[in-house]
Amino acid sequence: MAREDKLVKLKIDNVYKEYEGRNGKMVALNGVNLDIAENEFICVVGPSGCGKSTLLNIIAGLLEPTSGAVYLDGKQIEGTGVERGVVFQQYALFPWRTVIKNVMFGLEMKKVPKDQTEQIARKYIKAVGLEGFENSYPKELSGGMKQRVAIARAYAANPEVLLLDEPFGALDAQTRVQLQTELLNTWEQEKKTCFFITHDVDEAIILAQRVIIMSARPGRIKKIVNIDIPYPRTQETKSHPRFLELKAEIWNEVYQEFLAVRK
Amino acid sequence: MNEKGTKKKKIVISDKVWLLISLLAALLVWYLLSIGEATGRSFPFADKVVPSVKTMIDRGAFWKDIASSMTCVGIGFGLGFVTALPVAFLMAWYLPIQKIIEPWINFIRNIPALAYAPLLVITFGVGQKPAVILIWICTFMTMSITIYQGIKNIDVTLIKAARVLGANDFDIFLKIICPATVPFIITAIRLGLGAALTTLLAAESTGAQAGIGMRIRSLSNSFESAPMLMYIILLGIIGLVLLKIVDMIERKLTGWQEKIN
Ligand SMILES: Nc1ncnc2c1ncn2[C@@H]1O[C@H](COP(=O)(O)OP(=O)(O)O)[C@@H](O)[C@H]1O
Ligand SMILES: [Mg+2]
Repeated sequence: MAREDKLVKLKIDNVYKEYEGRNGKMVALNGVNLDIAENEFICVVGPSGCGKSTLLNIIAGLLEPTSGAVYLDGKQIEGTGVERGVVFQQYALFPWRTVIKNVMFGLEMKKVPKDQTEQIARKYIKAVGLEGFENSYPKELSGGMKQRVAIARAYAANPEVLLLDEPFGALDAQTRVQLQTELLNTWEQEKKTCFFITHDVDEAIILAQRVIIMSARPGRIKKIVNIDIPYPRTQETKSHPRFLELKAEIWNEVYQEFLAVRK
Repeated sequence: MNEKGTKKKKIVISDKVWLLISLLAALLVWYLLSIGEATGRSFPFADKVVPSVKTMIDRGAFWKDIASSMTCVGIGFGLGFVTALPVAFLMAWYLPIQKIIEPWINFIRNIPALAYAPLLVITFGVGQKPAVILIWICTFMTMSITIYQGIKNIDVTLIKAARVLGANDFDIFLKIICPATVPFIITAIRLGLGAALTTLLAAESTGAQAGIGMRIRSLSNSFESAPMLMYIILLGIIGLVLLKIVDMIERKLTGWQEKIN
């Protein structure tokens, strides 16, 4: 893949982040550098606590880096912005809003006229297979359905980059596989840049063009693995010999980091 | 579908049956108390208590007492609510305000209202005014703390989610904080009404001319236990009715809420 000729959509430039903890300063990210191309699907794996969410929150603009910066289309980001949509692991649906009202939220904020908001919302609800649930409240939905709503809500706001923080982490294996397939389909259609955090190596390989492996505390990029398996990828891809090779390679790297955390 | 329907219905019926059983058991206990030699003096049975409603109406006290008490509770609680709401938001928004005010509230809240009621009389004189102020103070403290804690417990992920979807501070206040606070406001109203009713006796000890609390006191001086008990039960019924109304409002406003059964 000739990523070099592609436009850099997102540039993470020497991002360093420390938290004030009870035992003094704690370095969460120690100089992270990464260029993400337009339309690229990136997965980030690494042991728990290595700073994946911190990095995502910095890209989202919900956290400020202690030093370093993130650039979107060459422009330094400051705070949140609708060009960067986020899907959280805990769904974060507004429980007092119905499915359609949740999906409409971003459009309401953009002051899109009401008749259009509803039309766009319906389109994305349909895209995630939730037709007929427009007027349900989140409490009436299963975990998988809730996350579908969250994805539809993020897409409806029409971001250029989608940031997903272990979005399928809380779901059962079957639902997770289903949502992976759906997300891949949407990505192939909409071609949005995706930054996807997971702790599931299979998931990372199935989805990503590049898998970023992060090292244990303090978080740094340890290795970047190109996933040279062509799309469209399906669940059958998991028995592809190349898949198994890549899985062994990535798993080994992640496992070393996991051991480092245990020490 | 059908099965589910009938199942639900069954539960409703059995709940009502339980209520009936509970009521009958209460009547039985009441009856047993009424035939006891010593307890009978304080707890005359329903056949004496119910007619005392008419006695009190004939004396021209019954409706006046209810009106007077409800006026105190209504105004006191209303003032408590409209002051607690902004104070709760201010405490949640500005740390210094919270740091200064919360300890006051927690300190005063532990003191029985009856203890400082006389102080209010010194400043505000006797009658309804100090009664209203006392109820105001008590309901304000309960409600401001409850609403404040509710605002503090709002899931920050929801605020983050709104933020990344383009919401500004004003949107977040109006479209996230406000709806997320509604369940806590309703809890606060419930606790506030409870506080208002329990404070009523202390409030009407401030030289009120009428009122349920004042009447219970004066009837006790003349050892009229039947109307006294009637007034006490009346207080309970008023509390129950008010809570039912709050329940109805709650169902309307917070049907979206996930419930733990
Ligand atoms: N708000 C915070 N204050 C202090 N430490 C934090 C905060 N958020 C995260 N951390 C710490 O920073 C490290 C990285 O956290 P996080 O980015 O959530 O990791 P991951 O998502 O990879 O599990 C962890 O050790 C965590 O305890
Ligand atoms: Mg995380």
